Amino acid sequence: MNTEPILVASALTRNFGEGEAEVAVLKGIDMSMKAGEMAALLGPSGSGKSTLLTILGTLMRASSGSHVMLGVDLMQASEAERTKFRSQHLGFVFQFHHLLPDLSALENVMMPAAAAAGRETRAMRERAKELLDAVGLADRRDYRPAAMSGGQRQRVAVARALINNPVLVLADEPTGNLDRQSADHVMDLIRSINQAMATSFLISTHDEHIAGQCRRRIELLDGRIVQP
Amino acid sequence: MNAYAVKLALRHLLAHPGQTALLMAGVALGVSIFIFMSALIGGLATLLTLRTVGSIPHVVLEMPDRDPATLSAGERRQVVLQKDLSRRDQIAIWQPAIPIIEQSAGVTAVSPQIRGSAFVERGQAVAPVGVIGVMQGKLSDIADIHAAIVDGTSDLPADGILIGSRLARDLGLRVGQVVRLSSDRGRTRSFRIGGIFSLGIASADRQAVYMNFTAARALFDLSTGISRIEIKVSPATAAASVARRLRRSTGLEATAWTEDNSQLFEGLDAQARTGTIIKAFSLITIVVGIASAMLLSIVRRQPEIGIMRAMGASKGLVISIFVLEGTLIGFVGAIVGAVAAWLVLLPLPPVTEVRSGGLPIDRHQGDFLLAITLTTLAAMLASILPARSAARIDPVEAIGA
Repeated sequence: MNTEPILVASALTRNFGEGEAEVAVLKGIDMSMKAGEMAALLGPSGSGKSTLLTILGTLMRASSGSHVMLGVDLMQASEAERTKFRSQHLGFVFQFHHLLPDLSALENVMMPAAAAAGRETRAMRERAKELLDAVGLADRRDYRPAAMSGGQRQRVAVARALINNPVLVLADEPTGNLDRQSADHVMDLIRSINQAMATSFLISTHDEHIAGQCRRRIELLDGRIVQP
Repeated sequence: MNAYAVKLALRHLLAHPGQTALLMAGVALGVSIFIFMSALIGGLATLLTLRTVGSIPHVVLEMPDRDPATLSAGERRQVVLQKDLSRRDQIAIWQPAIPIIEQSAGVTAVSPQIRGSAFVERGQAVAPVGVIGVMQGKLSDIADIHAAIVDGTSDLPADGILIGSRLARDLGLRVGQVVRLSSDRGRTRSFRIGGIFSLGIASADRQAVYMNFTAARALFDLSTGISRIEIKVSPATAAASVARRLRRSTGLEATAWTEDNSQLFEGLDAQARTGTIIKAFSLITIVVGIASAMLLSIVRRQPEIGIMRAMGASKGLVISIFVLEGTLIGFVGAIVGAVAAWLVLLPLPPVTEVRSGGLPIDRHQGDFLLAITLTTLAAMLASILPARSAARIDPVEAIGA
């Protein structure tokens, strides 16, 4: 495993509101991640897990601090540069699958790549098929999200997160909406992908059972990392 | 505009056929109204023009009025030669002008005429009339007298005349009767009524009397010259330019029908403006309809837009998708509306055959292409603002991350 960090965040803060109503959600986060790492981000509700994932995923800017990934200073990058960086190097899995309802499973998996390229290509289609095969949904390629179970949708969402071969997948409570069996299935899948593709995962959860399946734990409490 | 935006726009429209069909039906209705109004207003203008100019000359060529000649002029007095009011201004040398006029662009008929005032007498009854002497074969070149004959025939022998239906009624005249005509040149002759016509124009039906060219020469004491040359042009609206051209080429005074019918033109112009306003309102309805539908669609699809943005879709892609959807709704709706309007207007008779009480709708003036083009453009413009607001959606808020 490459020991060079792919992500380095230093003294990251994030405040919401202004004046007397200003609330500090993140109060100085220092963390890094290496290629191939699989880390659980734990903490009670309101501890700042989702905010941290959102900032690391370039969907939101930190109020202050440094955020560098793959040598790119993402605090200084323009919005367009951050969007491009996101599509090239990051993958997302959310608590709700957020699949596009009008597209089939295969088309949903291709979506991030096609949106970046402006068209769907044969290579994307082949890669999406491989990913659906890998998540055990080879026979559901042409199904719309409405015709699939919650667990199947979330597996499609995992496949979608991997279409651009991201360096890091950020997963926000990826099993929070699933029953235990489906949750275990999704976690098995994530673990096998992590091992097979050396893709790093940062998984936000408050479920110890899920956290126990990750090799590293990062605990947040009141906007600070308590156990890096 | 990339291929993926086209795919996503089409996919969304096809995935919600009921909603898409409803939106397109709204656009189609607006386009149908647009086309119907264009066809109606155009047809009405054509009908009014036809009815107004159908039986009158479009250009009249006459001798120009000459100023009185000054015989001598001093400080306190001026002696001028008064025009001989009893002497008709005739076009003395007219034959060479006829081929020039006939070959002018836009001219469809040329009728040299001898005109004069006379009284028609039948027993005690007397009525003033305007006599029109026409050349052989040119009777129906200006007003279609042949088609307007209601009794008798349109033949014009040397002693025959055709009179209007109102004159016949006023004086109790019938075909075959003999009447006397006394011209303002003091000549009197008897003529047999060969036919009675009804043009539907009161002044003509009461006062016009048609006769043979030669008979008119004798009645008005014109040995060689003629009174005027009447001309038909096509289209009738080109009369003014044809008149200008003929004035230059013949040296005669040329008067277009438009100069004597300016009120009709003002009326047609006001009618066209009203039509433009109605058409503008139907376009505005389409714009508002599409814009509000797109805004609603964006509100409903916020999570989708958010997830696409989160997955790296550019703002440009999001804008493209929504503008494409709006444009497609506008374009397809416009085509459907145009086809529907065409089918509805198809069985209607041409304006020339519209009967009293019928709507004078001219399908060919329906502005089909203009309606489709304007509607598509309007739909595209209507989608731009909603599309831009879609692109500004914060993915974090939209997906609740």
